[in-house]
Amino acid sequence: MKFELTYKPYGISAILIQWPARIDESIILDMVSFEQKIQKNKAVSETVITYHSLLVCYHQTISNINLEIQQLKKLYLINIPTEKKSHVLWQIPVCYDLSFGLDLLHLAKEKQLSVEQVIALHSQVNYFVYFIGFQPGFLYLGGLNSAIHMARKSTPRIRVDKGSVGIGGLQTGIYPQDCSGGWNLIGKSPIDFFDIEKQPPVFAKIGDQIQFYPIDLEEFFKIEKEVANGSYTLKNKLL
Amino acid sequence: MIKVLHPGIYSSVQDLGRFGHAKMGIPSAGAMDQLSSQLGNVLLANQKNDAVIEITFGMAILEFTSDAFFCLTGADFSQKLNGVPIQTQVVYQASKGSILSFGQRKFGARTYVAVQGGVISEVVLNSRSFMNGITSKMRLQKGDLLAIGDSKSLDPKVSAILIDEHHFFNSELECFPGPEYDQLQKNQKKRLMDCFTISEDNNRVGYRLNEIIENKLDPIITSAVLPGTVQLTPSGKLIVLMRDGQVTGGYPRVLQLSDQSISILSQKIMGESLRFEIKKP
Repeated sequence: MKFELTYKPYGISAILIQWPARIDESIILDMVSFEQKIQKNKAVSETVITYHSLLVCYHQTISNINLEIQQLKKLYLINIPTEKKSHVLWQIPVCYDLSFGLDLLHLAKEKQLSVEQVIALHSQVNYFVYFIGFQPGFLYLGGLNSAIHMARKSTPRIRVDKGSVGIGGLQTGIYPQDCSGGWNLIGKSPIDFFDIEKQPPVFAKIGDQIQFYPIDLEEFFKIEKEVANGSYTLKNKLL
Repeated sequence: MIKVLHPGIYSSVQDLGRFGHAKMGIPSAGAMDQLSSQLGNVLLANQKNDAVIEITFGMAILEFTSDAFFCLTGADFSQKLNGVPIQTQVVYQASKGSILSFGQRKFGARTYVAVQGGVISEVVLNSRSFMNGITSKMRLQKGDLLAIGDSKSLDPKVSAILIDEHHFFNSELECFPGPEYDQLQKNQKKRLMDCFTISEDNNRVGYRLNEIIENKLDPIITSAVLPGTVQLTPSGKLIVLMRDGQVTGGYPRVLQLSDQSISILSQKIMGESLRFEIKKP
């Protein structure tokens, strides 16, 4: 399926291609296949996918912007067989203990649910990886059950631990590094979402899926140790 | 080697940056004023991507533990070699044990120390640029030792170059309309042509400006941003993203600075004023 796209210069050495402004898995997959065609162009230095736009950066100033846009438009319509990417379902352990889920009680009360119900709603979904951004290794995930949507905190916490799992508005996600943050914290994962020692540093790719499964504190510390000494293997299966 | 006797307020190793990894959420980093960092390398017959030391706001004290040709570019902080005043944009030879120090600010914000052969530090994803969470250090600390690349004897054709005043004293920043520029109302576009001043909140991630533009624009769905992107926040204040800025953002992107303007802005300090000179790309 082809979409109605708009093309805009972004500075003098990048072009922003925009899909209809909505959050939609089919748009992401269409961007991934267009990106594969664009990446064959040696003049392109880098491409960045976000919800409904694909940024194409060039090594040098684009000498004729209209011509370049015309070529991109043509390229979009050409059907070159692109390599079928295999997508993976990653199973991520999360400890929803209240010592990590600092906002879990508050969220449950606001939503008139029990803590167990919040955990069940959060861990019964396969989340779609839209893209990575905000911080190294931060996954933008789609699919959060609307029963546990919850606005960001009005005052962000100065420090949120690496691995913290939170809910911010319609989104859920994991903080890959210690940082400040305004999401409602509901648990913590002992897994590294960004490891500069690994190639690639981020295990998940656009189009993969993430499933959270609850673990207790004892298991959390066991996995944390295994992650630290390199003996932990993340459970996953091909989709 | 170069030994850090005092790191000053904020000093780091930078080359031109780390490219091709934005899709993992990794900012490009790299020297803030890339015109100055490259100029030092050119004068020393280095590669333009060789790493240099970026010193923000002087104060640093460095010791050359071996003989080396070096050149300072960018901000002038009344620098001295062994207590003797030296100039920026001039190649000098430091002998083993020489001390490089910085004093009173004359102009600019960031000084670059380029050495012949380049600074050698760890390479992560094809770049030596320090970055939080990517390289093992994000700033230089007292006692750090930095290796210097192989150097031959230097016989430069040009060993000094005049300072381009425009680069340090000009307040006009060349820029282009950003992806959401067209969503601005007429009066907002007009306000963008006014004078803006730099707030105290300015660093390698971004420069926040003081003035307020009345803003009723909706936030955008998270999308890509670049160094030099000018975002209009819900409070009506502008943020200019710089080299360490994150790779995605949710505020309307109203302008995009040219690369030269990013370099010019990175030599400005709190309270200084600027104007956007908007060009059609």
